Formats: sequence, C-alpha cells, structure tokens
Amino acid sequence: MSTMIRLQNITKVYQMGEEQVHALRGVSVEIQRNEYVAIMGPSGSGKSTLMNIIGCLDTPTAGLYELNGTNVSEMNDNDLAKVRNKEIGFVFQTFNLLARSDVLHNVELPLIYGGVSSHERKRQAKESIARVGLTDRSHHKPNELSGGQRQRVAIARALVTRPSILLADEPTGNLDSKTGEEIMGLFDILHQEGNTIILVTHEEDIAAHAHRAIRIRDGHIERDELVTNRRVIQQAVHLSA
Amino acid sequence: MVVQFLDLKEGLLIAFGAIRANKMRSILTALGIFIGILSVTLMGTAIEGLDRAFNKSISAIGADVLYVQKWPWGGGQDWWKIRNRKDIRIEHARAIERSADLVNGVSPIIGTARNVKFGRKVMENAIIVGTDEEFTTTSNVNVTLGRFMTNLEVSGGRPICVLGSEIAEGLFPSETPLGKTIKVGGYPYRVVGVLEKQGSFLGLQSLDNRVYVPINRFFKEFRSFRGGIEVWVKAASIELVPEAKEEIRGIMRKARGLSPKAEDDFAINQQEILVQTFNSFGVMIAGFGLFITGLSLFVGGIGIMNIMFVSVTERTREIGIRMAIGAPRRTILAQFLIEAGALSLIGGVIGVAIAFPLTLVIDQVLPTAMPLNIVFIALLVSVAVGVISGFLPAYRASRLDPVEALRYE
Ligand SMILES: Nc1ncnc2c1ncn2[C@@H]1O[C@H](COP(=O)(O)OP(=O)(O)OP(=O)(O)O)[C@@H](O)[C@H]1O
Ligand SMILES: [Mg+2]
Repeated sequence: MSTMIRLQNITKVYQMGEEQVHALRGVSVEIQRNEYVAIMGPSGSGKSTLMNIIGCLDTPTAGLYELNGTNVSEMNDNDLAKVRNKEIGFVFQTFNLLARSDVLHNVELPLIYGGVSSHERKRQAKESIARVGLTDRSHHKPNELSGGQRQRVAIARALVTRPSILLADEPTGNLDSKTGEEIMGLFDILHQEGNTIILVTHEEDIAAHAHRAIRIRDGHIERDELVTNRRVIQQAVHLSA
Repeated sequence: MVVQFLDLKEGLLIAFGAIRANKMRSILTALGIFIGILSVTLMGTAIEGLDRAFNKSISAIGADVLYVQKWPWGGGQDWWKIRNRKDIRIEHARAIERSADLVNGVSPIIGTARNVKFGRKVMENAIIVGTDEEFTTTSNVNVTLGRFMTNLEVSGGRPICVLGSEIAEGLFPSETPLGKTIKVGGYPYRVVGVLEKQGSFLGLQSLDNRVYVPINRFFKEFRSFRGGIEVWVKAASIELVPEAKEEIRGIMRKARGLSPKAEDDFAINQQEILVQTFNSFGVMIAGFGLFITGLSLFVGGIGIMNIMFVSVTERTREIGIRMAIGAPRRTILAQFLIEAGALSLIGGVIGVAIAFPLTLVIDQVLPTAMPLNIVFIALLVSVAVGVISGFLPAYRASRLDPVEALRYE
C-alpha cells in the first residue's frame, strides 16, 4: 500500500469581519491508494472544507498536505489548477454540469483544459460515458436528464482524466434513495477497479459502502475507524439508462 | 502552443455559445460598437475622398508646380537689380529636364499677344503660348478634342497649334476645328487639338483665351530664342515640393555659372499659401472625425464592459466549475477577453456592412471608395475595443475563488 494523501495538522480559519471561524482545527490523516473512505459529521463540522482542501480547490491556513508524495500546500494557483485537472476527480452534490453543453462536451471538458487533442479527447470521453452507461444520452443537455443521470455524467467527467483520487461531496444528497443506491453501486465498482474514493455523507447507509469512516466534529477528527457492516453491491448494478 | 490554440478555439466556442444564449442583449451591446465602427469607416472613406479631392485641386491650382522665373512673386526686392538679371532661357529648361530627378514634367513657357483669324472671324489679342509636349502635365489641363503637340512637332518647330476652348468656340462655332488652318499673327497654323474648358479660377486670368504652339516655331515667328522665357516644373509629389525646389535651384545656379557666394539671379515661385490652407483644413476635418469616432467607440466600449460584468456575475458558477476541473486563471481570462472581442467584432462587422452602401452615397458628393485597409482597420479596432473594455470583467472572473464561485447561487 502506498500513501496517496497525507494531511498533517491542517487548519482552516475564515475571517468573517471581526470574527474568526475555525473550520478545521488541526486535522491529521493518511489515506492509502485504493482506499474507500467516508467522511461523516454534523452540519458545519468542516467536511466540505476538508474535501475542498484535499481537492486542491482551497488551501489550508496552516499544515502540510502531501498528495502522491508532492507537497501541495505550497503550490501556486496555476500548479493547483494542473493538479485538479490531472490528479483529482470531483463529484458535487449539485452535479455542477455546464447547462448549455451536451453530455459529451461536459465530459470532454477536463481534457480540453489538459490540452488533449480533439480526436483523443472524443475517444476518452466516449469511453468514460460508456462506463457510467450513458452512451445513448451523449448528445443530451443536462436539463434533459434525470438527477441520477446527471450525477453519472458528473462521475464520467471526474473519471475521464484517470485521476489518482475521486472526491465526492454528498453525491447522493440531491437524489432519492433508490437513485442514490444506484450511484453508490457505481462508486463500488469504481473502487473494485482500483480507484481511491473519498466521499462525504450524512447517511449511515451511504457510509456503509466505504471501508473506513472518518467522523468529524467541530473541525476535529472525532473518530477514524474501519466499517464493520459493509454493504457492497458486488454484482453489476442495474443501471437504468 | 497547443494549449494556447485550444484556449482560442474553446474560447471562441464558449463565446459564441454565450452570445447565442443572450441574443437580444448581445445584439444591443454590439450596436453600441456598431456606431463607432460606422463612424471609423465613414470617416476613413471621407478622409480618403477629401485627400483625393485635395490632391486634385492642388494639381489644378498648380500647388505642386514650381515656376522658374526672373521675377519673384510678391516683390519686395530691389526692382532695378532684378530688372538687370539675365533672362531665363530655353537651355535652362533643358538643363532642368536633363538633371532633375524629383520632378514629373518640365515645360518652357513663353507668351505674346496676337490676333488669331480663321476666314472672316477674328479673335483679337489672344495669348499665344510657345511650349513643349509636357505642358499638359505641368499645367494639368486635358485635351477634349484631338491631341496635344508631340515631341517631334516641338523639336521640328512644326506649324501646328492647340486651341484654348474660348478661341475654339470663337473661331469654329459650328464646325470642327481639327485639321483647319488658322492665321496666328499672320502665320498659318494647323489645328491639332482643343483643350478642356478651364474657367477662370478664383478670378485669375482665363486660360481658355490661348493658343499653344511648339516653342521652336514660336522662336522663329514671334520672338528670338535669345528672349526670356519661364519654366514650369511639376514636382514628383506635393510632399516633395521643397526637395524639388532645392534640386532645381542647384541646377539653375550651375547652369547660370553662379559662384558659391553669389545670390540667386532667378526666382522659383510656388503657390505656398494655398497648400497650407488646404492642409490645415484637412487636419481640422480629421481631428473632428477622430473625436466623434473616439467618443462613440468609448461609449460602445463602456457598454461592452457593462454587459461583460453582468455576464461574469451570471456565470460565476460556470467559472467555478471550469476552475474546479482544472482551467487555469489565464484561460478564464482569455475566455472572457475572447467573448468581449467577439461581441465587439459583431458590432464591427455590422458597422462595416452598413457603412458600405453609405460610402456609395458619399461617392455621389465626394468621389471616393471604401479603401480595403479601412475595413481591416475597422475590424481590428472593434476587436481591440472589445478586448480592452472586456479586460476588467475578465480579470475579475479570473480572480474568483473556486470554492466561492461554486457556492454562488
Ligand atoms: N467561505 C467561508 N467563510 C466563512 N465561513 C465559512 C466559509 N466556508 C465555510 N465556513 C464555515 O466553516 C464551517 C465548516 O463549513 P463546511 O462547509 O466545511 O461544513 P460541512 O461539514 O460541509 O457542513 P454541511 O454538512 O452543512 O455541508 C462552518 O461553520 C461554516 O460556516
Ligand atoms: Mg458540506
């Protein structure tokens, strides 16, 4: 096992006028390649803040962050953009697709910013769309898709650059429980294929898909434990296209 | 390099997507630029037309012509001294013709008054001008009927003549003068051509009351070749008039054997004042046009800046998404600059398209044509205005915090 993520004493302080908000108060954690981690905790505990730092969308106020052996905590904006593009696949609660672009273009987008040639881009994007079972929706706009389908497009987009880690901040938060289960089935498969996955969730049911649960409260890690009663959907999930 | 190219292509796609998504708003914004570009194109065309008209009139007036004469215009010098100057002679004209590089034409001119007769019709005291074949260049007159004299006729001193329009009308009211033989001061001359009517410009003496004959014939029949003449020299261009003047001065001094310290014993006259008046008039028009154009482009640019700020705000979330999946800040900057440039270019294209028929209208008043370089300049200016006005909004977009931008509702 090799260490993918190493966080040491990460703090994040937001300045709100006079007041300081301590979103993270010294988080230290290591995550290995091909781990499947759920981050849990009450609202406002700092889960999203932590995810944003891991995803290089945000930088910590203090502390050390090593991703794949490189120190990310001191990188400039440009290098962080490159890391986000190559190393990280982000899936959001609100999907965050480009409304005016069709599925294919949405999935292609990270490759465009990665400078991949048009032909190769199309090939990889189609492959990624096939993995989430949406080939026949390639030319639909997001508003012509169901919530579950949109989230699968977002996953295809996150996967298309073959990132080191997949991050998902409440990926099922906007979905009904049946669709949520389908999405989790997809994550389970991606994990079995060797991906490293970190997801934030409120729901124990969702967290039960992971191997390891990190519980956060008030900007601290309260508990970090292996999941005992795992619910893994072993067989190929039924993907309703 | 590849990434830059992708930036541009993707930027253009995004830009036209965004413009299409907000058609009405985009068209209205582009219209702001359109007026400026219309003004750029029309001004450019009008200035081109004025320039042509200007060049034509300075030729007509003779502002690009230098008159080598014994007497300076305007006077002021010692009358007696000038009176005693050696005459300007035909060999001086030949010397200038041979050695001057900055000139377009050189013609010797000599004149006298004589009666002109055809049959029983007489024109009294017509001015008989002896000159050579380059006279049409130096005087800028055109032949309406027949031709002007040729080099061979000049050197051979042939008895042929070309009539001013007034003489032609007086002697030949109902028949063609071409081929007819008239009596000039008693000598027979065959008419080979008639000049265009000149009128009398600004009350100057009429040029139509003249008969032009080969200078060598003139010397035989009206005055000795030892007599004084003057030389008209047309400069290669209006800008080269001062240099041409210096060149001619040198040639004349040499031809007249002046020692380096001696004063010029001839005058080189020119229509200076007119050129200056015309020039300052042109500068005034151009300045006014530039002001109007600049003002309308400025207003158009403000419109673009405004709409780009709106666009950036509306698309904050989109910017967040693009940043989250790895768009660097400069790419976001480029994207919005391209969008502003494209928006403005649309206005530019409409402006040029509408300006084209309008220039045809201008053409009726002031002969001109829309120069192709004005089209390029107009389009370039429109893109530049867009990019400049788009800079602030685009910069703001590129500085957004990805997390904040993603949270934007
Ligand atoms: N940009 C910000 N400015 C000020 N305070 C912030 C900012 N972002 C987050 N916070 C604060 O930091 C704390 C942690 O926020 P965070 O979004 O990480 O919580 P969370 O665990 O993701 O909550 P939820 O489950 O509701 O999404 C909260 O108190 C929040 O108010
Ligand atoms: Mg959150």
